[in-house]
Amino acid sequence: MDLRFLDAPPTDAERDAVDAVLGPAESGWDGGRREAADLRYARGGHAARDRRDLLLPALHAVNDRVGWISPAALDYICRRLTVPPAEAYGVATFYAMFAVHERPRRVVHVCTDIACAARGADRLRADLAERAGPPGGTGSEVVWHESPCLGLCERAPAALALEAGAPPRYAVAAPATAADLDRLTGAAAAPDEGPAGTGAHGSAGAATFASEPAAGGRAEPPAHASVPQAGEPGLVLLRRIGVVDPESLDDYRANGGYAALRRALRLGPAGVIREVLDSGLVGRGGAAFPTGRKWEGTARQPDTPHYLVCNADESEPGTFKDRVVMEGDPFSVIEAMTVAGYATAARKGYLYIRGEYPRALSLLENAIARARERNLLGRDILGSGFDFDIEIRRGAGAYICGEETAIFNSIEGRRGEPRSKPPFPIERGLFGKPTTINNVETLVNVLPILLMGGPAYAGIGTGRSTGPKLFCVSGTVRRPGVYELPFGATLRELVTLAGGTPDGRPPRAVLLGGAAGGFVRGDELDIPLTFEGAREAGATLGSGVVLVLDDTVDLPAILVRIAAFFRDESCGQCVPCRVGTVRQEEALHRLSTGAGARRTDLELLRDVGAAMRDASICGLGQTAWNAVESAIDRLGVFGAEPAAAPAEAPSPAHAAKEDR
Amino acid sequence: MSTPVPLAPPRRLVDVTIDGREVRVPEGATILDACASTGTDVPTLCYGDTLTPKNACRVCVVEVDGARTLAPACSRAVEPGMAVRTDSERVRHSRRMVLELLGSSVDLSTTPEAPEWMERYGARPERFGPRAEPAALGERDARHAGAHEPPDGAAAATVEQPPKVDNDLYVRDYGKCIMCYKCVDACGEQWQNTFAIGVAGRGFDARISTEHDVALPDSACVYCGNCIEVCPTGALSFRSEFEMRAEGTWDEERQTQTTTICTYCGVGCNVTLHVQENEIVKVTSPHDNPVTHGNLCIKGRFGFQHVQQRRHD
Ligand SMILES: Cc1cc2nc3c(=O)[nH]c(=O)nc-3n(C[C@H](O)[C@H](O)[C@H](O)COP(=O)(O)O)c2cc1C
Ligand code: SF4
Ligand code: SF4
Ligand code: SF4
Ligand code: FES
Ligand code: FES
Repeated sequence: MDLRFLDAPPTDAERDAVDAVLGPAESGWDGGRREAADLRYARGGHAARDRRDLLLPALHAVNDRVGWISPAALDYICRRLTVPPAEAYGVATFYAMFAVHERPRRVVHVCTDIACAARGADRLRADLAERAGPPGGTGSEVVWHESPCLGLCERAPAALALEAGAPPRYAVAAPATAADLDRLTGAAAAPDEGPAGTGAHGSAGAATFASEPAAGGRAEPPAHASVPQAGEPGLVLLRRIGVVDPESLDDYRANGGYAALRRALRLGPAGVIREVLDSGLVGRGGAAFPTGRKWEGTARQPDTPHYLVCNADESEPGTFKDRVVMEGDPFSVIEAMTVAGYATAARKGYLYIRGEYPRALSLLENAIARARERNLLGRDILGSGFDFDIEIRRGAGAYICGEETAIFNSIEGRRGEPRSKPPFPIERGLFGKPTTINNVETLVNVLPILLMGGPAYAGIGTGRSTGPKLFCVSGTVRRPGVYELPFGATLRELVTLAGGTPDGRPPRAVLLGGAAGGFVRGDELDIPLTFEGAREAGATLGSGVVLVLDDTVDLPAILVRIAAFFRDESCGQCVPCRVGTVRQEEALHRLSTGAGARRTDLELLRDVGAAMRDASICGLGQTAWNAVESAIDRLGVFGAEPAAAPAEAPSPAHAAKEDR
Repeated sequence: MSTPVPLAPPRRLVDVTIDGREVRVPEGATILDACASTGTDVPTLCYGDTLTPKNACRVCVVEVDGARTLAPACSRAVEPGMAVRTDSERVRHSRRMVLELLGSSVDLSTTPEAPEWMERYGARPERFGPRAEPAALGERDARHAGAHEPPDGAAAATVEQPPKVDNDLYVRDYGKCIMCYKCVDACGEQWQNTFAIGVAGRGFDARISTEHDVALPDSACVYCGNCIEVCPTGALSFRSEFEMRAEGTWDEERQTQTTTICTYCGVGCNVTLHVQENEIVKVTSPHDNPVTHGNLCIKGRFGFQHVQQRRHD
């Protein structure tokens, strides 16, 4: 490799931020001071390059410290990691949270996505634009952006302020009022205190964010405020939320924590996998793949090392269950990852959490630090001879990084583009090694499975949908939040549990499964909430999104927002999705404003949709037309006569996110 | 010294059917290889004969019986008993859409096979509406990932923008770029190991770029031209070709191609000189050369001026 660098040195703040992640530079070869001795040896090769996976953390460090990534800062990171600047630039410009042009230290993300749109985000946005100028504008103190779903849908409309500094700070406003947004966009950033970062959890757990909110922000309600059922008897997955102190390992243990790991260590890896197979657990991240088979598949691979990845990227619009679990019961995620690592012979687990979840991040950082102190992570866990540790990786604003192979590229310090499958992760995943990847909710299900036994767990729910399931109820309902129900309850029961619509009338439509899912009508509430039931009804449960829309909601506007989401979040790799999502948005824009010829545009949507579903590389493109199609065909939006399916269309109305 | 004989283990043969015809191909072959063995034509754009398939363009998709989605022929390996259809309604539909989507967003005027394929699949790129105005130079490069720009329903967005002419040797006309990744792979880890260019941005705003969009002379580029060699659309072209096209004098019918050996050093790379009116107008290199695979260095690629310095005494 023939690297060419700039001559511009980084500022002290930039250098400190990078060195805090990578350690000080060793020599002139990797960006340190050039000494005479440097001329007598050259540093390079694999040793210099094998820290590429620290690229994303290093970019975060600079962005967190200064608010943007200057050419000199990027250059310094590249020298430190022996990464070509053109590649690093490609990585930095892939993520919405990073800026490569100078901007203020404080960035306010105002959610305009579907659940927030159903709760008045449009007005809020328009008002803010009037007072504070257009999004992305060039204020000197603050800049604000329209954001895709922030995973705070139960408290819609939501806004999140992130402020770079040492330490960086954040503030959440949800539900956000105009006054909240004025405070967030009006308050001056806290003085930049210089390099000494103050960890919220003391020295052992190096915390990323300050514990006090950024100026202009208010304290957030506790996680259990998002769980209307909190404290009710009979809960399985949510039973500790609101009951335990999420910062206290003792509290967690006093409430049954780490009993499952002990049982796992007694059963041995094969025994754990047997229980998970017997439980019938399938993935909760959207694809519904049997978890036991995945674990067995990885455990059997001769190639080593094995890795475990916990997918906490949760960016599907309308989804917030993983956030509530991580904020309300963070130790359960750590324990479940340890069990999964044990069963699949992984010694290292990565927890990839979306960048917009600062509170969950802080709580997980604390949980990992506490678990290490008590030998619940690290070498020879509980004297079992099993070594396992967890590293947190923060996403930086890219829905696609929740896709299971894009997440690997993101962790490895590459652009978060999905890989083509085969090979599947169990054979060649993270760093090209056998990898188990599971969603947060999937993993925490393993704890009750071990405690009650696989067969008993399989007794909950129906047929092939076993166990309890979390649903993210949002939109126009009285009590939005995360609900836990055994599989098999109907949509009506769930909507009733959430208090129904504010005026008590049946909803106009319900979006099941998020932007990648599909709509059902308000008169179809008897759909059983199981994988089979949803499939039979031509819908999908996806990530458990139940977004209720009454007739106050502007449906065409929601469709345009969904189309905008896919256009913005497409990685850009393949033509059907990269260009198809643009054409879909354009056509919907015309349809919703009454411009253009309706028939032509509907035909165009179907043509583009069929190709996206059939010819895209990954689940994003393959599902980008699902919700729009169901709104046209099922809800009759745009007054479409039920159209003939496109010739030999791939039949299932809603392809799941992926198959294997 | 005797010639070394490569000792690859004998490959097992696999039976597959292509459009109902049985063929036997070595294990590990791609569907595209199998199609080639039956003489079945499959359009390809991002596939490169000297590169690892990126399977990004999806124009080569085929239908594999039993699979939920279509498969890229250029990269999917055959499996025993696989039944492949290359001309089903589903295949034709997706290929047509890929061509329409590309045709409506990219300038394909110098993509050699585009007109033929458009015709074959009945693609009508103009159905998405009139093309939007090209972006100003640098505008697309400044786009921020995820920042939404509301569409203008009246015009179809494109990637068109003025060409980047920032050096004497070659031009980057990204209004013609289909994002096939081939130039990046050739410049970086697959051949040149220079990594002067990468993919930046995301989604429709993704683009090929140097770091911070600096001009090529300020980048790591060594002007090997190996990116030009693999570019399927003419987005990358010799300055000479670019200027002749602009003047309207570029005429491939009147060009001859002569393959000879580069005289600069002892490696002995093959160079193919494209000559029009007794002037070298561009240089390529045979892809089937077992040593260089179409790659050259700046001298072989661009160092031909002395050949045509005429004496004026
Ligand atoms: C575009 C896209 C985004 C995804 N986002 C997520 C996500 O945020 N969280 C998640 O758990 N799975 C997500 N998935 C599904 C993952 O690819 C993968 O199936 C899942 O993490 C596997 O875990 P599970 O078997 O436990 O569900 C996404 C898939 C696609 C195609
Ligand atoms: S379908 Fe979309 S997100 Fe997935 S690889 Fe293709 S362009 Fe990227
Ligand atoms: S000319 Fe060579 S070094 Fe320059 S961008 Fe192209 S492949 Fe890379
Ligand atoms: S410039 Fe050419 S080779 Fe490079 S991505 Fe674009 S079309 Fe492909
Ligand atoms: S937080 Fe706004 S839609 Fe989820
Ligand atoms: S040629 Fe196969 S995907 Fe592009």
